[in-house]
Amino acid sequence: MTWDWEFTGKIIPDLLDGLVVTVQATLLGYVLALVLGLAVALARRVPVLGTAVFAVMEFIRCTPLLVQLVFVFYLAPSYVSAFTVGVAVLGVHYAAYTAEVYRSGIEGVPPGQWEACRALSLPPHRTWGAVVLPQAIRRVIPALGNYLIAMFKDTPLLFAITVGELMYQASRIGGVYFRYLEAMTLVGLFFLLVSVPSAVLIRRLERRYAAV
Amino acid sequence: MPQYETPLGAGPGAGGPLIRFDGVVKRFGDNTVLDHLDFTVAPGERVTLIGPSGSGKTTILRLLMTLEQVTDGVIWVGGEPLSHMPKGGRLVRANERHQRRVRRQIGMVFQQFNLFPNMTVRQNITEGPVHSLGVPRGEADRRAAELLEMVDLADKIDAHPTQLSGGQQQRVAIARALAMRPRILLLDEVTSALDPELVTGVLDVLRTVAETTDITMLLVTHEMQFARDVSHRVLMFDQGRIVEEGPPEQIFGDPREERTRAFLHAVLD
Repeated sequence: MTWDWEFTGKIIPDLLDGLVVTVQATLLGYVLALVLGLAVALARRVPVLGTAVFAVMEFIRCTPLLVQLVFVFYLAPSYVSAFTVGVAVLGVHYAAYTAEVYRSGIEGVPPGQWEACRALSLPPHRTWGAVVLPQAIRRVIPALGNYLIAMFKDTPLLFAITVGELMYQASRIGGVYFRYLEAMTLVGLFFLLVSVPSAVLIRRLERRYAAV
Repeated sequence: MPQYETPLGAGPGAGGPLIRFDGVVKRFGDNTVLDHLDFTVAPGERVTLIGPSGSGKTTILRLLMTLEQVTDGVIWVGGEPLSHMPKGGRLVRANERHQRRVRRQIGMVFQQFNLFPNMTVRQNITEGPVHSLGVPRGEADRRAAELLEMVDLADKIDAHPTQLSGGQQQRVAIARALAMRPRILLLDEVTSALDPELVTGVLDVLRTVAETTDITMLLVTHEMQFARDVSHRVLMFDQGRIVEEGPPEQIFGDPREERTRAFLHAVLD
């Protein structure tokens, strides 16, 4: 099988469409994972609720993302789009991981900070919102960033539930023309083109926030 | 949960002591840190707690700040119970809301400063007044500027704590505690974490506070000269009990108890 440049040019627009969907799914799923993960980390501190939340999150962490995607996709009502299912499952799955990251960040805030809040009789929303979370989140920005890249690399799994992302486009093209070399090579290349600059950016954030 | 048969209003009244420890016991597991402790502090009095480490001095301050809870006994502040609250004519364990209200009269300065690193000096000082006492922002800002003037750090108002030396951070922490206009100021080994050359600046600020205000102070310190200069009374602790108490001239000049003599000999050596 030899590389066909003309064919390559022809399939690039479709693949770029796929890349846009991939990036959209990643970003939306990531926002969900960040918000939900924080909610989970806070809920875990509440006595009974915390244990229940912990059990659910353990379950999510211990089952494969692909299985969760397919399961929810076939269970969801038909008016929910595959894209919505994909973003929701990605977000919830990764929330199980970001919650642990937030938790370690919160535990890393020195006891003296809590004591100072108490000595000033700060109301809980200021203790959390103005003192603990700003310090906790700052500490875990690099760890959270790593999950963004990990999530981006997991989006090809959405192809199993017919979301028109990059991998889906490539395999569709392969199926139509019986040529996989160009499409799959470009998929790998596109992933690299997004991942590598993101990783560089995250390393930079890491350096910036390391000096607290 | 211990219940006390004390009828309401039987606590120290407005004319009585500002702080009263009434049979206070504090245990951490099997370790008894305070053993049925009784003592009072009058309004405006400055009391220094001395004694070997582990003798319970810091625990007294932490109980008053409600960073720890008593195992038994009652702590009274300004005639009101702090550790407990009245309910149906009896005293029961105080809830967070009750403690928050009584605790507002008390400020604390910590050994490790505990400034909020994510806030500027100004925000550190105004956070409590604005969000805990409901002081308007403009007034809190003016008060912060005045207090920084007093601790000689007026030019650092927009700095972050990490840009300051330890001594400067501790002076900001003193300003932060005073911004709450406390009746009682707790000072927990406030110079122990400082390089020797920075200690004087912090002690000078505290001398000014002692001379220019009538704030009641409880201090735990190893700076014996400072304790002698500012305090009205010294309590010598050992193993959760008061071994000896008296005016600083007597405790430092003519201690009666052998335990006190041995302790002072060891630290002043």
